Amino acid sequence: MKAGLEYALTKLHQGENKVAEHLQVMLARHPSDHEVHHVAIDLLRWSRENVRQLADAAAGYDVQLSAEAGQPSAEEALARAATVEEVTPLTLLDDVRTLYLLAAETSLDWEMLAQHAQAAREADLLQLSKKRHPQTQRQMKWANTMLKVRSPQTLASMD
Amino acid sequence: MDRTRIEDPWGRRTPFARGHMWPERVDEYFTDGVRAEDVQEWVPAASILDSNGDAMDIAVMDGRMVGVRGRATDRVNRGRLDIKSLHGWESGSSRDRLTTPMVREGGELVPTDWDTAMGRVVERCRRELESKGPRAISFYTSGQLFAEEYYTLTTIARAGIGTDHLDGNTRLCTATAGEALKETFGSDGQPASYADIDHADVIALFGHNVAETQPVLWMRILDRLAGEDPPRLLVVDPRRTVVAEHATVHLAPRPGTNLALLNALLHEVIERDHVDHAFVEEHTVGYGTLADEVADCTPEWAAQVCGLEATDIVAAAELVGGAERLLATVLQGVYQSHQATATAVQVNNLVLLRGMLARPGCGVLQMNGQPTAENTRECGADGDLPAFRNWQNDEHIRQLAEIWNVDMMQVPHHSPPTHVMEMFHHMQEGTITFLWISATNPAVSLPELARIRSILSDENLFVVVQDIFPTETTALADVVLPAAGWGEKTGTFTNTDRTVHLTERAVDPPGQARPDLDIFLDFAARMELTDRDGGPLVTWHDPESAFEAWKRCSAGRPCDYSGMSYDLLRERGGIQWPCTEERPDGTERLYEDGGFWAAPALCETYGRDLVTGASVQPTDYKALNPHGKAVLKGATYLPPHEEPDDEYPMYLTTGRTIYHFHTRTKTGRAPELNDAAPRVWVELSETDATEIGVAEGDRVQVSTPRGAMRGEVRLGDCRPGVAFVPFHYGYWDTDHPTGPPSEADGRAANETTVTDWDPVSKQPMFKLGVARIEKVTS
Repeated sequence: MKAGLEYALTKLHQGENKVAEHLQVMLARHPSDHEVHHVAIDLLRWSRENVRQLADAAAGYDVQLSAEAGQPSAEEALARAATVEEVTPLTLLDDVRTLYLLAAETSLDWEMLAQHAQAAREADLLQLSKKRHPQTQRQMKWANTMLKVRSPQTLASMD
Repeated sequence: MDRTRIEDPWGRRTPFARGHMWPERVDEYFTDGVRAEDVQEWVPAASILDSNGDAMDIAVMDGRMVGVRGRATDRVNRGRLDIKSLHGWESGSSRDRLTTPMVREGGELVPTDWDTAMGRVVERCRRELESKGPRAISFYTSGQLFAEEYYTLTTIARAGIGTDHLDGNTRLCTATAGEALKETFGSDGQPASYADIDHADVIALFGHNVAETQPVLWMRILDRLAGEDPPRLLVVDPRRTVVAEHATVHLAPRPGTNLALLNALLHEVIERDHVDHAFVEEHTVGYGTLADEVADCTPEWAAQVCGLEATDIVAAAELVGGAERLLATVLQGVYQSHQATATAVQVNNLVLLRGMLARPGCGVLQMNGQPTAENTRECGADGDLPAFRNWQNDEHIRQLAEIWNVDMMQVPHHSPPTHVMEMFHHMQEGTITFLWISATNPAVSLPELARIRSILSDENLFVVVQDIFPTETTALADVVLPAAGWGEKTGTFTNTDRTVHLTERAVDPPGQARPDLDIFLDFAARMELTDRDGGPLVTWHDPESAFEAWKRCSAGRPCDYSGMSYDLLRERGGIQWPCTEERPDGTERLYEDGGFWAAPALCETYGRDLVTGASVQPTDYKALNPHGKAVLKGATYLPPHEEPDDEYPMYLTTGRTIYHFHTRTKTGRAPELNDAAPRVWVELSETDATEIGVAEGDRVQVSTPRGAMRGEVRLGDCRPGVAFVPFHYGYWDTDHPTGPPSEADGRAANETTVTDWDPVSKQPMFKLGVARIEKVTS
């Protein structure tokens, strides 16, 4: 049972870290897209909190996970943000798609953990999932809304 | 009397006891030498210098306005007028009115005729439409036009051009009010009525400086306070305002923490079981989730977050918890701050938990900022669809398509209509290239003005501005269209408590200036906008026929005007919607029959996530609220995005003074009002003034990460650590009328404000920034 739990926790922890990293890159890449920028700050706080709470919970099962979201440093984030040659409205659509997909993976990992917790009667983990999984789902919903709002303008304006 | 009113803006008291009729008091003002008996004609109107909708009559002599008088019989003001209404109309005859159209030639605006100006507008609009499509076209309107004008503009933009880029200045003042009502009650619509002031035993004002923003409503409260069985007030405001001075409990929370405070109040109401369980059970969904959300929000926790005493929070909770008839009001202190909609929704929740709805003295007034803000919301000129229709509900779109006789596909409804801040983003990225601004002044009123000026000055953006005066915005236009002002045109508008007034043309507009409605109708005709049968899209031709068209659009929806007519409004004065065949006298309170407009088929919105703004999907809403009850929606407090630090150690909040309206283009041209508050100031607590080393009257610079402005110190009762600057002041009456040549010349508060907004209502955050304040020595 321990191996399964470790697998689920580690996988989810990785997923939350990826979401956090991607949000960090989005923040660096779209500083003047205010609709994105400010909400991304709040979304990033959720991911970091999820990572912290996961690490706390994992420690109780002797699974060692970092409590700090594996966030890139400000310089790293800027460097990664700069991997896109020119930030266009299309870049934002791409970034929002990526966020949705990363959050969707992570959401599945929360499901996996919750199912395992339920089967293994681990009430604490189930409670954790109930409390924190919704934030991941809300990240997906926001990405979905942003894609809906932005894609008509962006695609209609492409040369 | 005018001098004393400038000094004592609320005038003489007419005390009245709880449950009694507010006594009449008629206020009037005439230009020098004119007496009431000389007046040749009295023309009915209502004030458009705040959101109260005070009924009045314009005195006319020899074809000019010579005075005003409050209408004693009207339900809203019972004869009273505030000082802006008494004096503001004088600006109409100011010599610098716009009287001819202007076009930009070789970089300069030069006078021209209507044909040339409109020809350019139409030519450019057609060119953008053909080369880029409707999404290149945008409209930014006002909170000061009439319903007929908004509805016409909406019809042109949505059904004619087919763009979803139409918003109003009301985004800055009332978007959160509308959004909060939608989130809780499924649809916009003010539940309560001003008459509830007469019956309440507790009035809780959240971020609502009613004394300065709605002076006549404050007179009503003052008269109750002076009468028998007065109400007790809870006031939440970081400044010790005049209203706060009358409070039983005044809480001055740290800026950005309103939601934490509200959650603690809800916590206490639940903890002390002041909940009306029968009401909650019968009329709401979501109680369990809300109770969970606030379970840990103790007064001690909130005291830490908000910088308050826990005992004061408890006292506030006892006040609202023990009220027999609780009336709650909300305005910019909530709407223009952090987590705006989330907070405003908790005020709705407070009222619902207490079962305080749809009875005299009970309810919530989510106030409006601008005088005709309600109409931008109703008529769909502000990022809503007409008559509170739901962009996610195909049946609602079908109704609109039928009303306009256009294909459903012509009406954009793939996502919520674009809000103004998003429109400016698209202008900045170059995908919106045509902007038509009517009756508002974004070059002073939007946040981060250097950015706004740079966008409006971009030569790839074609800017049309329609206004009555030269402003900081007309200075950046490619075409300027001179409009008729108040008293020079006819139309209806609706105040905060759903009262509709007709306001009529008393005098002719100056020069070639034309009513805004005529300008829009002219544009529709020149653009040859047609319906699906090839007939003209806009089938009306004057204010009354436009009103009739709007009535048809509103029929069957919450804001139903179908029982009204110009004749009825002339005869009766103010009437509250809905007004139908079944309710010919209008409706004082919504939801008296216990039914809401929240059922999935009826509601204006399925809601949004209160933190991210993500749209709730129809299936989720149907599962949550199948029977259309009121929704108790909780929200978690989040720290603001920006907090004071070593570089910017103060909070900065912006706001209003009683003497001015919006960007002062009218009130700054009325001598009495201008003299009462001629210059911008920076209000500081004595503690902060001492710390900074300044005294009353010293000149200081306010710097933020966005920019800087300067003003004179006024010592006030701000919460220490918080500075206040009125937002009205710009540049049209300075040596550099288009904008400040350097930071040292900045005087608009919005040079310093942040481009950030509530993710739900998209209302910018004017009440929460960080700043450094220094004495200017040179």
